[in-house]
Amino acid sequence: MANHEEFLIELKGIRKYYDREVLHVEQLLFKKGHVYGVIGPSGAGKSTLLRIINLLTPPDSGTLLFHDRPIPANGAGRLAIQRKMTLVFQKTLLFKDSVRNNVAYGLKARGFPRSVIDERVGSLLKQVGMTDLAARRADTLSGGEAQRVTIARAVAFEPELLLLDEPTANLDPGNVELIEEMITKLARNKAITVVMVTHNVFQARRIADQVIFINQGRIVEMGPTEKIFSAPDHENTRLFVEGRMVY
Amino acid sequence: MLSNSKIFFKLLLFLLLAAALLFAAGCSREAASDSEPENGVDDETPGVVKITDRIILATTTSTYDCGLLDFLNPLFTEKTGIEVQVISQGTGAALETGARGDADVLLVHDRKSELKLVEEGTFIDRYDVMYNDFIVVGPAEDPAGVDGVASAVEAFNLIAAGEDIFVSRGDDSGTNRMELRLWESAGIDPEGQDWYLSIGQGMGDTLRVADESMGYTLTDRGTYIAIFDSVELVIALEGDPALFNQYGVMAVNPKEHPHVKYNYALLYIEFLMSDEGQNLINSFQVNGERLFFPGYGLK
Amino acid sequence: MSRLFEGIIEAFRLIITLNPALLQIVSLSLRVSGMAVVIAALIGIPLGALLGLKPEKKTRLLNKIIFTFMGMPPVVAGLIIYLILSRQGPLGVLGLLYTPTAMIIAQVFLASPIVIGLTMIGIRARGCDVEEMARSLGAGSVLIAWTVIMESRFAILGAIITGFSRVVAEVGAVMIVGGNIAGHTRVMTTAIVLETRKGNFELAIGLGLILLIISFIINSGLYSIQKGGKNG
Ligand SMILES: Nc1ncnc2c1ncn2[C@@H]1O[C@H](COP(=O)(O)OP(=O)(O)O)[C@@H](O)[C@H]1O
Ligand SMILES: [Mg+2]
Repeated sequence: MANHEEFLIELKGIRKYYDREVLHVEQLLFKKGHVYGVIGPSGAGKSTLLRIINLLTPPDSGTLLFHDRPIPANGAGRLAIQRKMTLVFQKTLLFKDSVRNNVAYGLKARGFPRSVIDERVGSLLKQVGMTDLAARRADTLSGGEAQRVTIARAVAFEPELLLLDEPTANLDPGNVELIEEMITKLARNKAITVVMVTHNVFQARRIADQVIFINQGRIVEMGPTEKIFSAPDHENTRLFVEGRMVY
Repeated sequence: MLSNSKIFFKLLLFLLLAAALLFAAGCSREAASDSEPENGVDDETPGVVKITDRIILATTTSTYDCGLLDFLNPLFTEKTGIEVQVISQGTGAALETGARGDADVLLVHDRKSELKLVEEGTFIDRYDVMYNDFIVVGPAEDPAGVDGVASAVEAFNLIAAGEDIFVSRGDDSGTNRMELRLWESAGIDPEGQDWYLSIGQGMGDTLRVADESMGYTLTDRGTYIAIFDSVELVIALEGDPALFNQYGVMAVNPKEHPHVKYNYALLYIEFLMSDEGQNLINSFQVNGERLFFPGYGLK
Repeated sequence: MSRLFEGIIEAFRLIITLNPALLQIVSLSLRVSGMAVVIAALIGIPLGALLGLKPEKKTRLLNKIIFTFMGMPPVVAGLIIYLILSRQGPLGVLGLLYTPTAMIIAQVFLASPIVIGLTMIGIRARGCDVEEMARSLGAGSVLIAWTVIMESRFAILGAIITGFSRVVAEVGAVMIVGGNIAGHTRVMTTAIVLETRKGNFELAIGLGLILLIISFIINSGLYSIQKGGKNG
């Protein structure tokens, strides 16, 4: 048994309905320090899963545990947990403000002192190669630049859990590589747990050490990346990772 | 580029709040000076009157637009420290404003209605303060041939017979009520006729419309004289005793509306009815003509 | 034609010599309408933001009501406020009729639906996305609200200015509830009506010109901030 301290977040009996059941997760556990890749066809419920974990969408039933404790329904306790994670949305959204202020947003929200903010933002912008664009209005950036800022903004406050929803979906190969590099580096250096949704199985294979395959709202299979790609338990998993599943 | 706009917007929100505070401060400053003790008068710049209170006078456009009240009221304020705030409407609206208790004193010209409302207890202390007369004005060409006719009823008959344009105020003012009584006497119902334009506006506007449409209208002499130089209308008929126009001044009954400033209203009525007030009315001129005659007209 | 020309010349003379009566009227106009818009903004921005963050389906009826009130004729607004503030009305005891306060109330009534409606439209476009983004980045409720409003600042600025333009130019409401009392409740528009009635076209045109100039200054400011619509 793993040490309880390592259980970052746990889903128990989570169900979500819209016009039908779109997500049903009996049990799902994310452990500290791993990079999880969530794969599955479009409409499988991947984004819904991330939104539920990030406390943006309330599930219709079930519980979420953070470090083994249930998450309060509201109040300061809930906010404190929400502040330990963040979600980079499928659709890039930057505030109509300078690049610098965008990256500083989460730090300001958490009341970091000015000097810390300046220092961290400066070093992050350097890491993503955007120092020259620090003063630019963020909504004038190109797609690749914008996504780099989004990720810099998400990691600036060093969350325990970084949720990424198809972060490279609309990027050119050069930028895809850059973003993937950023993610792996962050996970390694800052010990940030990453859950990345991707429809690109190769990307999951490149980055993740654990892969979760979701289909029609249910977890079909979950395991170490190598196992999922070389010897999956389920026929559907095999078909999907081989790019042959018809849906 | 930068985030200039964000800074601007923050500044704007700040300015809005600052403006709100300043306005509030301005208001309270005003209020503070209101409540200063009487003896502050000595410090005032000469000629500037210390205002201690205000009354609202509901009146007709015919007394206000010609400048009579701008001439009389400052003299009253100088004497008493009471500012007169004038609301000028048609007589019907002015009577309604008074009846609702939204004014303290009235200066209007529909003697019949006034006496009735005094009898009903809506108003009290009514006095015949001044009079002038109505006149019929029209285009210089006089298409209806009104010139030389002695009575207004006869003139109205001619206008109706020739289907010449007639512009009516149609706003339930004293002038409008007088006009409708004249049509009734003439046995004509002009309502809905092509040549009868009921425009629902004040006297000045009505004269202007009559001027532009080459029509006739009934007007009080005062308003006509006051704007005489900006229209081409000429007097078509005057001097008919039926066109006599009596103005009355009266107070809103404090028994009906306890909040009214009845004492100040009485001061104002007293001022208008005093020898001084009556002389002032008599001396008031526009374009070299006297507009109002003091007291009661039909002895 | 010469009348108009003379009017304009006289108007400029009045403006350049800072005619005190004119200044007093202009200043009251700006104070009343400015105050009305400040209050309308304080009411309208939070309410509009609240509505803009709700799904359109849930606020449909409310939207229709707000849009109807956005087009409310000023005289009707004036009449309603008059009946409320009149001595026989429910708030008659306050004695507010025929005061600048009554005019501000009437104009708040006119401007608020505009600020609410246009803010709502501006925020609806991406307000929910911004709200979630801010929440996900750890913002508390105050910062979330602030962020949503700041992200729609151009739309909101437009809403405020549209509201101001509407009330500063309206005559129906202020005439009824203010009474056009000289030196007390007379504003630019009511003065224009009066001076036109009296045949003093010079002062009327002078005031009309000032109204246009104010409108021009405000709108060119807005235009340059919004960069002619490029800054959405
Ligand atoms: N807000 C919503 N309202 C209604 N249906 C929704 C909503 N969000 C997601 N869905 C539906 O839930 C299902 C799963 O959506 P999603 O989690 O976005 O899938 P994925 O990210 O795997 O493509 C889809 O069928 C989608 O149409
Ligand atoms: Mg998705």
